[in-house]
Amino acid sequence: MISVKNLSKLFGHFSAVEDLSFDIKPGDIVGFLGPNGAGKSTTMKMLTGFLQPTSGTIDIFDLSMARHAKTIQQRIGYLPEGAPAYGDMTTYQFLKFIAEVRGFKGKEKERRINEVVEKIELQEVMNRPIENLSKGFKRRVGLAQALIHDPDILILDEPTDGLDPNQKHQVRELITQLAKDKIVIISTHILEEVTAVCNRVMIIAKGKLLFNDTPLSLQKRSRYYQAVTIHLSYLADISGLAELEGVAEMEVEQKTGHVTLFPEPGKHILHEVTAHVQRAKLPVDTLFIEQGRLDQVFRELTTEVA
Amino acid sequence: MAHIFILFKREFAGYFASPVAYVFIGIFLVLSAVFAFFIGGFFERGQADLLAFFNFHPWLYLFLVPAIAMRSWAEERKSGNIELLMTLPVSTWQATLGKFLAAWSVLGLALLLTFPIWLTVNYLGKPDNGIIVAAYLGSWLMAGAFLAIGMCMSALSKNQIIAFILAIVVCFLFVVSGSSIVLDSFKGWAPSLLLDTVASFSFLTHFEAMAKGVIALNDVGYFILVTMAWLYAGLLIIEQKKAD
Repeated sequence: MISVKNLSKLFGHFSAVEDLSFDIKPGDIVGFLGPNGAGKSTTMKMLTGFLQPTSGTIDIFDLSMARHAKTIQQRIGYLPEGAPAYGDMTTYQFLKFIAEVRGFKGKEKERRINEVVEKIELQEVMNRPIENLSKGFKRRVGLAQALIHDPDILILDEPTDGLDPNQKHQVRELITQLAKDKIVIISTHILEEVTAVCNRVMIIAKGKLLFNDTPLSLQKRSRYYQAVTIHLSYLADISGLAELEGVAEMEVEQKTGHVTLFPEPGKHILHEVTAHVQRAKLPVDTLFIEQGRLDQVFRELTTEVA
Repeated sequence: MAHIFILFKREFAGYFASPVAYVFIGIFLVLSAVFAFFIGGFFERGQADLLAFFNFHPWLYLFLVPAIAMRSWAEERKSGNIELLMTLPVSTWQATLGKFLAAWSVLGLALLLTFPIWLTVNYLGKPDNGIIVAAYLGSWLMAGAFLAIGMCMSALSKNQIIAFILAIVVCFLFVVSGSSIVLDSFKGWAPSLLLDTVASFSFLTHFEAMAKGVIALNDVGYFILVTMAWLYAGLLIIEQKKAD
């Protein structure tokens, strides 16, 4: 349980985070979204106790971060931005160091290391110095380091940055597996990632919390949510489509010839559209329901405050 | 305690994972021998002691210890590892002590490896080995004070070179405040109390007796106090600057 109240952080006169308040419960996978420099990393640094807030409070498991940082940090796994690690150490030495600092000894220590290495598939780089590893492996070593003590809270700053699509998929799978009874907070600027793994989205821009709800309700904000897009094989009269019940607006994209029908709020128009297509014998070769265009919602939300 | 030891192990191994420790020890051994034999006149003095060797230690440490200390915090901040370190259940003072002890051990090791000169003096004559051990301990203690200054300067800047130069400047002030160059400029106009105060801040003044094997409480206390004060200053600075 994380409870944040009126959190603010000033760097000199620059306000990085402004009056942020939110609660996060176990089982939540929160996606922190925001443009670069929005205050995502600063917020995460405060949640992990690395930075002291200028004002406001952070309570984690009913303990105050200001007073019990070291106790709380035992239950947090943190992957800082850029996945820093001691480059002169090998993967094994590094994980052993982290395990020891986390208080594991002897057999338990080895068991934990083996477990996490297997989970993240680091076997082949165990004895290579971290500074010689590829970006993807470095990131995975950082992830392994954050997981070694099976933390209740996992805070990952851009966990999939620099990974190839397969590795991204793997990391997302891992996060969803882990998240059952934990709190996971990930920051990202990849929008698809949020719908893929998170059950909660927070959008931050210019240090302010702009949105805090499920990915679905973020999609619902899009004009395109539940809109129907069709494409015709050859020219035909489509004027009837705009007259259908529940259709608020019709847009034709000149370049691709895609026709998009926007529903009135809360209406489902697929049935009407397909019925009309059959009635008018329109030569439709593509038909799909839009899920809501997140990039457009994101742009709208984050440029409002600019 | 356990945490300090774990951090100490990592730091100590870190010095040997890169060439830093080897280069440092190598240069220290060569320079200390050069100073003792050529400039100190080890043979010409015709005495069975290591004064010619120990007398130059403050000047050796002046350049070499900042080189060891410069990376301690600067590198940690530059690479972003500090974020990892400070969010582990480790306190800043544990991290500071772990780092200090690791670097201090490297310095101790370098000192130990000067044993051939001790063998030489024992082969040539009959020195008082108690005095020599005391002087070694005194030298190591002084190295700790240099190191604490260096670490504090390393906490000030992300740039190792800047940390190195700052450390040399501050160490230099602490060394020369007891030398005749500085003291002469005070003589004649300054009250003797001020003169004594300036001189009493000097590493040279406090090491002088130690190099002769006299371990006096005020000298030992001085170096321990200076070390602790600078370590604490470094700790406060790193707490302030860790996120910059």
